[in-house]
Amino acid sequence: MSLENFLVVAAIIFAIGLYGAITKQNAIAVLMSLELMFNAVNISAVAMSRYIVPVSIAQNPQTGADQAVQFLLTGQVFTVFIITVAAAEVALGLAIVLSIFRQRASIFVSDAAELKN
Amino acid sequence: MPEVAAWLILFLPLASFALISLVIRPIRGAESQTAAYVTIMAIGLTFALSIWALVSTVSAHGESHYPVHTWISAGEFEFAVGILMDPLTAIMLVVVSGVSLMVQIYSVGYMHGDSGYARYFAYMSLFTSAMLGLILANNLIQMFVFWELVGLGSYLLIGFWFDRPAAAAAAKKAFIITRFADFGFLLGILFLFFNGDAFAAQGLNVFVVTDIYKGVELGLLTIGVAQWVALGIFAGAMGKSAQFPLHTWLPDAMEGPTPVSALIHAATMVAAGVFLVARFFPVFELSLVAMNTVAIIGGITAIFAASMGLVMNDIKRVLAYSTVSQLGYMMLALGTGAYGAAIFHLFTHAFFKALLFLGSGSVNHATGTFDMRYMGGLRTAMPWTYITFIIGSLSLAGIVPLAGFWSKDEILTHAFNRGVNGDTISMVVFLLALIAAFMTAFYMFRAVFMTFHGNFKGGAERDPDAHAEHPVHLEESPKSMTLPLIILAVPAIVAGFLANSIFDLGVIPGHWMSHFLDYIPSVHVETAVFSVGIAALSSVVALLGMGMAYLMYIRRVISPEDMPNALRPVHTLLYRKYFMDELYETVVVRHVFYSGICYALDWVDKSIVDKIVNFCGWLGANTGTAIRQVQTGQMQAYGMGISVGILIIFAIFLFLG
Repeated sequence: MSLENFLVVAAIIFAIGLYGAITKQNAIAVLMSLELMFNAVNISAVAMSRYIVPVSIAQNPQTGADQAVQFLLTGQVFTVFIITVAAAEVALGLAIVLSIFRQRASIFVSDAAELKN
Repeated sequence: MPEVAAWLILFLPLASFALISLVIRPIRGAESQTAAYVTIMAIGLTFALSIWALVSTVSAHGESHYPVHTWISAGEFEFAVGILMDPLTAIMLVVVSGVSLMVQIYSVGYMHGDSGYARYFAYMSLFTSAMLGLILANNLIQMFVFWELVGLGSYLLIGFWFDRPAAAAAAKKAFIITRFADFGFLLGILFLFFNGDAFAAQGLNVFVVTDIYKGVELGLLTIGVAQWVALGIFAGAMGKSAQFPLHTWLPDAMEGPTPVSALIHAATMVAAGVFLVARFFPVFELSLVAMNTVAIIGGITAIFAASMGLVMNDIKRVLAYSTVSQLGYMMLALGTGAYGAAIFHLFTHAFFKALLFLGSGSVNHATGTFDMRYMGGLRTAMPWTYITFIIGSLSLAGIVPLAGFWSKDEILTHAFNRGVNGDTISMVVFLLALIAAFMTAFYMFRAVFMTFHGNFKGGAERDPDAHAEHPVHLEESPKSMTLPLIILAVPAIVAGFLANSIFDLGVIPGHWMSHFLDYIPSVHVETAVFSVGIAALSSVVALLGMGMAYLMYIRRVISPEDMPNALRPVHTLLYRKYFMDELYETVVVRHVFYSGICYALDWVDKSIVDKIVNFCGWLGANTGTAIRQVQTGQMQAYGMGISVGILIIFAIFLFLG
């Protein structure tokens, strides 16, 4: 398994998510597509921290132990952080979708076009 | 004298202005007497300080140095304010503050009961302060600031009774004409500034007066530059000193209260122009063209204004044309190089002209009119006014040994001597001045005889144009009005004799003023040699004028009613002031200005400037409408745009980067 494999998977998922976010009428589906894009980013972040960081530490002998640990964990901590934020965001997004639905009995993204022109 | 005291000369009246307008008028009311006392106290102190300044300048032989204070500092440019205390400043300070003090005291009585009493004294303080600031300024910029403040003060005071349309119009006229002339002054300053590289190379500041003097001595000014600078400065002086052809505002300025006229005519406004030319006299002397221009304009003004004074019926207008004519004398003196004589005449003229104006105000106080056709016979009712007015008139006419004789004689002698030595222009202006002297004597005694002799002809009750506020009461004016008249009569008699006597007078050496002014660096003041011939000639001319007035208005050998009829065209020409007002109003303002320049500017404004502005607005609005169509409100369309944009940037980096 090399870094490319992970990145390709991440790119495919990101593209699917982007396509969904742009094309789906249903707001729930748009939120789900956004989730896909987040997770694609997570995959690439974890893969980078696994494959790239150890190599660069090995090439720079001056790097101290403390700094090495920091570098190694950065991508993974970021992923955890993104998952948390995404969860919060979905909660918020769903709340907005619900209140829009209560007002106009529709969750079609294209209907919320008050800012036209 | 310490620097603080010198600054106080300027700031005391200014403080009085601020105090009256900010404190006294709001609290004590518009007719508060306190305003008058504050003004008199401030200007009285200023007068005392001015005397001190004169004494200390005399004992320092004209050398007083004061530090300068940085006012603006921007990059390379630095502008500092300071005081220049030289003999010219010291003499002018005493004249201005002395006459102003008398006028303020007189105003207490004259303005009594006016609804704008406090406002009047506030303006008077401002006006005096501006003039003192102009005199004290040590550089061109500071001078220009106070120069404009003098213009503002005159505007406020001439238009003091702004509810009278004539006064409002006169104020505007004075302001616009002097402002128009100031444009020349400003151009002169700018021209000097842009040709000031040689000054900077010598470490001199081209704006500072003493540095200009030094520069002239070092030859840093070429004749070409000096000529244009001098002509620009003279243009400003022509406006303020009411020289032909910019004199028309001064007679109209009579619409202001009479003490204001006295102040404007004697000490402040009109003296400013002569002072300015005197201040930059070394620059003028570099250029023959500039000197000749000053001399010729002065000569023309002297005779031209005097001729109009011959036929005026309004006593104040007679005095106004007399002022214009005397200012012409000062200018022609400067133009023929008689620096000392010009300042000497300014000095003596200030006293007797203030006296005459205040006298005409006193007459008005009794009769309610200024029209001499409705006066007459006031000699017995107003003895003090009569005596002092006679003194002023004799002094103005140049009768020995009153003040006016000595100064006028010095001017004439100087011009004659230069003329005899082959300077044609000096000879021409000498003759003009001599004719003007005859006219001066005639119109002054015409005014005296019409006002004080013969029978009383009704005053305001008969004059349809009078603005009388109380019934005609033929009696002497109150003490506060006659006292300044009496005090001013003293210098009107002796000032000329004492200040610049032709021989030593005990403590006062002969030609004192000329020697004192000679301390100014780079100004060479010649002491005029008294010539019995010229003195006799000018006296005979003056006596002839007086005699003719006597024959016409007392003996009525020549009827003053038939004379105008016999010379109808000439009389009309003079009475209508050579149609100068009509010329300005119809030709200059209506045709050249309204239908010419203004029409063209209006066209440019409407069809070019407005079109451009409207096009900018139209462009903005329509571009907005077009671009607005892109805003669909569809979030997903925006997302699409962003994504495609990112892809394009990627592509650029991949294939081109």
